[in-house]
Amino acid sequence: MIPRYQRVILIVLLAASLAMAGILWHLRQRAHQRLLAGEDSAPTQAPEVAPAEQATLVAASDADGSLLAQDRSLPLPADPGARARVLLGKLLDLYAAPDAAHPVPGGAPGIAQVFLLPAPGPKDPQTPDAELAVVNLTGAFAASHPSGIETESLTVLSICATLRANLPRVTQVRFLVDGQPRPTLAGHADLTRTYLTADAVPTGGTTP
Amino acid sequence: MRWIERALACAALAALPAAAQQSPAAPSAHFVVVLDAAHGGTDPGGRLAGGQAEKAATLALSVRLRSLLAARGIAVVTTRESDTTLDPNSRAAIANHAKAQVCLSLHVSESGSGVHLFVSSLAPAQSSLFLPWKTAQAALVTRSLALAGALNASLQHAGLNVTLGRTSLPGLDSMTCPAVAVELAPERAQDGTVTAEPDDADYRAKAAAALAAAVLEFRLEPRQP
Ligand SMILES: [Zn+2]
Repeated sequence: MIPRYQRVILIVLLAASLAMAGILWHLRQRAHQRLLAGEDSAPTQAPEVAPAEQATLVAASDADGSLLAQDRSLPLPADPGARARVLLGKLLDLYAAPDAAHPVPGGAPGIAQVFLLPAPGPKDPQTPDAELAVVNLTGAFAASHPSGIETESLTVLSICATLRANLPRVTQVRFLVDGQPRPTLAGHADLTRTYLTADAVPTGGTTP
Repeated sequence: MRWIERALACAALAALPAAAQQSPAAPSAHFVVVLDAAHGGTDPGGRLAGGQAEKAATLALSVRLRSLLAARGIAVVTTRESDTTLDPNSRAAIANHAKAQVCLSLHVSESGSGVHLFVSSLAPAQSSLFLPWKTAQAALVTRSLALAGALNASLQHAGLNVTLGRTSLPGLDSMTCPAVAVELAPERAQDGTVTAEPDDADYRAKAAAALAAAVLEFRLEPRQP
């Protein structure tokens, strides 16, 4: 026969562990909600209250394979990752416009997120705080991207050049599609490699 | 085009000391051209306005170019003659086994206009006995730029609009021959309207003739190591 006091202790301990499990589950759910809310709150549209700033969009043209820098006045969020997302969204909006020089459907929603991380590899004394931008494209954007070496390369290069023009610390760019690595954008441009922004410079569209 | 001028100037400079060190390779008695019709089998590539898959259009261009070159006595090796699946490594393996002097990877696209020529974006590297597979083309980039120059001149001479670029393509980057990716896009008027689709037989024949003429021209160019 188990003494009465031992039974009481057992019941109290059981109740306490159940209560703790409940609290843990609740906290986990709350953290998860917070994480999701955080993702959602990364603005695609810059809030109207943000002051307009000078920004540069480096837009591609299929006719001559050029990258043309265009200065714009845009309201931009302060956070660099959110800023990069807004800038690249504006670039894709140019491509989705009718009569675009580099037509690609989809526009701004094609950029799911942009993450900025310290650049891997040996530190360059010239740019000790170099960053790697990880551009997460949506599957819908990749699926609707026209297929071809030129068109796909120009999309990749203009994204790299736009990041370089506005976030000079970004020296490397990698691409994901729906958060996953993908061999090519639409059958041609290699998305498995790291692109160097130094290789993506505006040509100005002129051929001397 | 600025980059190609700079690249050709670099090539000329790089060739000077190299030529002094080793005797220039004698022109090969056997001039081999590799034609790589991109995509095929389970990889359709893009789709043309008329509904044709890119894989079929590249094969048609390859067949046309092969007969033009063969008629001029040039040995041609093709990576595929039918609708078969080939991975980039197999394409490079065929090209490297053939010890070719010209490798053309043929693509067709509905985007852009005229003919797009792409050379590997790898930085030129010294040639050595053993080359890393993924970047083997680095040792040949200078020659590939010269080949792109010859193709550009011939295509422009034929009245075609040419766009030059550098890109990273897995098959091309592993080739140990002067290699250029050729992408045939629609012919367009000034206002952007299409005047000939890439599956138009006359347009394709015109482009193939200009490519063949460039290969013949390139064969006569003095070779650098
Ligand atoms: Zn292709």
